Amino acid sequence: MADEVVLLDFWPSMFGMRVRIALAEKGIKYEYKEEDLKNKSPLLLQMNPIHKKIPVLIHNGKPVCESLIIVQYIDEVWKDKSPLLPSHPYQRAQARFWADFVDKKVFDVSRRLWTTKGEEKEAAKKEFFETYKILEGELGDKPYFGGETFGYVDLALVTFYSWFYVFETFGEFNIEAECPKIIAWAKRCLQKESVAKTLPDQKKVYEFVGQMRKRFGLE
Amino acid sequence: MEEVKLLGSWPSPFVHRVIWALKLKGIKYEYVEEEDVLYNKSEMLLKYNPVHKKVPVFIHGGKPIAESIVILEYIEETWPQNPLLPDDPHERAEARFWTKFEEDKIQKIFGFLMTAGEKQVAATKEAQEVLRIVEEHGLGEKKFFGGNNMGLADIAFGWIATSMEILEQAAGVKVLEANTFPRLKAWIQNFNEIPVIKESLPDRNALLTYYKARRVVFLSAAAS
Repeated sequence: MADEVVLLDFWPSMFGMRVRIALAEKGIKYEYKEEDLKNKSPLLLQMNPIHKKIPVLIHNGKPVCESLIIVQYIDEVWKDKSPLLPSHPYQRAQARFWADFVDKKVFDVSRRLWTTKGEEKEAAKKEFFETYKILEGELGDKPYFGGETFGYVDLALVTFYSWFYVFETFGEFNIEAECPKIIAWAKRCLQKESVAKTLPDQKKVYEFVGQMRKRFGLE
Repeated sequence: MEEVKLLGSWPSPFVHRVIWALKLKGIKYEYVEEEDVLYNKSEMLLKYNPVHKKVPVFIHGGKPIAESIVILEYIEETWPQNPLLPDDPHERAEARFWTKFEEDKIQKIFGFLMTAGEKQVAATKEAQEVLRIVEEHGLGEKKFFGGNNMGLADIAFGWIATSMEILEQAAGVKVLEANTFPRLKAWIQNFNEIPVIKESLPDRNALLTYYKARRVVFLSAAAS
């Protein structure tokens, strides 16, 4: 039986991008369905009734939700090609820890950069760099967080790169000046076809955020 | 066999999870209590978990792992006996989904402990809404979140079974009111009857005293 794979997604979502990269790494054919988050499809509401969020992977009619859970699922089902998680349990634990760190710290502080003002924004800026300094420390001299090859943590974090122009513009700072290793790492990841083809143009994301801010009365 | 150590704090539900998993799998370990994890963290804790500085920290052959769910997945992979996760990838994804749901919502469920008056009424309602979703969609008609046998998600929600009543008493409010949440109540009973859980239950009075004291801290912090 041929596999039927559908991805419910939203092009600027850093979480959706993670799944797109994973699918590309594994060479999986799938149908991409763009969701209008102001007008969610019945399919999305049916497949993710709890959170009503994208991304949702639908594999032979059965849904998988939450980006990192989807990536682990993809890694387990299509296990014969391009492993995303390391094979040794301790390294797998480290990979899970750092991907969890990205979800817990990076997303929240990044969001505050373009949704807050004044003191709150200054605090977010400080935290942003503290968080990325920790990540730079973890990266060390390795080419990727996964070591010699692109892996789970790289995939979890690199999608934020497409939003860097947004963070820099609203945060009024230069990321490369503070965290050159992170920029070098991101550009290295972009040399991979799966990443280059998935990450949208930074300016496009910026335009999208501009529209969002207008809608939420932030401009 | 390599040395297994667990750095913990006796009231922490996150630490209890790891203890349950270790006992379920029959793994011998050395437990090290963090004497004052909130206000005076030990050198060992800061060394082994520099990023979050929290317990539990699991140390296997000298190598540390932090974050309770990450630790559970590691334990599961390293000691596969009495599995916490099913073999089927979709069922595994389901278990992980509910485990993550617990992680994401736990603050909301705890809210009633940390509030008073009108805020507590609102927090209690919020907790009940979350628990309603957990009961209807997570548990459904199953005996355990994991199906016929308990699994990763049961362990993640386990603190509700072992400690919810104590929290309610400390907070002076009923969240799981009588006759509401019948399936969740049945799950609580089943979970608490599992031998490993039964024999690891925390000292009820000590935990009550602890949570009453925490409530005082939260309320005074909110007032200042």
